[in-house]
Amino acid sequence: MIKVCPATIAVAILVAVGAPGVAPASAADALPTALSAGIGTVAVRIDNFTFTPTDITVTAGTTVTWTNGDDIPHTVVASDRSFRSPVLDTDEGFSFTFTAIGTFEYFCSLHPHMVGIIRVVAS
Amino acid sequence: MRHHDDDPKLDADGIARRGFLECMAWAGTGVLWSIGGGLPSSLGLTRALAAEAPTGAAPFTFLQISDSHVGFDKPANPDATATLREAVGRIAGLPVKPSFVIHTGDISHLSKDKEFDDADQILREVGLPMFFVPGEHDLLDEGRGKSYLARYGKGSRGAGWYSFDQNGVHFVGLVNVVDLKAGGLGNLGADQIAWLERDLAGLPSSTPIVVFAHIPLWTVAAEWGWGTADGAQALGHLKRFGSVTVLNGHIHQVMQKIEGNVTFHTARSTAFPQPVPGTAPSPGPLKVPAGELRKLLGIATVDVVSGDGPLAIVDRPLAG
Repeated sequence: MIKVCPATIAVAILVAVGAPGVAPASAADALPTALSAGIGTVAVRIDNFTFTPTDITVTAGTTVTWTNGDDIPHTVVASDRSFRSPVLDTDEGFSFTFTAIGTFEYFCSLHPHMVGIIRVVAS
Repeated sequence: MRHHDDDPKLDADGIARRGFLECMAWAGTGVLWSIGGGLPSSLGLTRALAAEAPTGAAPFTFLQISDSHVGFDKPANPDATATLREAVGRIAGLPVKPSFVIHTGDISHLSKDKEFDDADQILREVGLPMFFVPGEHDLLDEGRGKSYLARYGKGSRGAGWYSFDQNGVHFVGLVNVVDLKAGGLGNLGADQIAWLERDLAGLPSSTPIVVFAHIPLWTVAAEWGWGTADGAQALGHLKRFGSVTVLNGHIHQVMQKIEGNVTFHTARSTAFPQPVPGTAPSPGPLKVPAGELRKLLGIATVDVVSGDGPLAIVDRPLAG
């Protein structure tokens, strides 16, 4: 029932494998960090009330897709309100394409102890 | 303070750990509150049903029900509507009819019209006045709470807070599920706290106060967001009162804490249990073995008995 991103599973594997060797220097101090490895989409899982990976670095133009694996609904809301998902029930997803460079903190508006970071760097 | 043979040992923080573990198996119906001498006390519904109707003057009673999550259909309880209906049936069977019912939020699971409609249809069968405060699950419509306010917010202020008086007790319904901040807990906000201060200003300190809100006003488990960031500010305005009872939901288990003249109490859900903090990787719905749900519903009754001292939670399994 993933509504937005049919390639989520493949991308999730790619992110899990990771590519720390090609991480940009500007993100070297940011842990944990994953990189989009030059493709257009990155997946973030929501399981056990946690965004995973919690802190990722992507290149501008990357689309990030969040998918909720919990039996409880969650949301994805930017702290600066620059993006906001509808409520995501189990297995539902939300995508947002990051065009601006910067650091975007986000959280679940239902369970605000759930937080994550997307760092957008130049492509 | 009244003790029972099965009175659990309380930790330094006044929390009965054994009671928690037994409660975590869950069983939610409702909590029947009775007020005598300004000190509210509660009985688990199953126990209240078993009690004889009092022969003397009936005390003033009201009932708390919480976290119905109508629409929830996941493995922890594939039919939350049925368990709500069952809880309502138990209320109808009470020997002493409560004066009204307080619902401490999460009426619906996803704020869908059908969920609210179904909840209303079932709760109407209680046949008693009902007072609501929203849970975070009730504010998920596109208007972020407009649907809730249209249905339940008549006469309320702001996001749905209000107060009323009944038999000399001042009741305050607060909303701590709006505009939550990243990394934080429940939130009341400056406007609501200022209103609370004004609302209480004219009351003598001898007035018993009952405050109800969805998320616990005290910090139960910060790592799971189970607390209210500015709850202490609200409680500061309640300090001068001799009897304050704070009723919450959200955590789907019974917990109690006593601090000075303030008794904090959380009610069970009628939908699904949640784990005790520290016993699970997340506060997600707790799935119990098939067939256990209703059996546990019968055995996880909890009394809160009032006396001349702090209240104590007493776990009373009905089976065995």
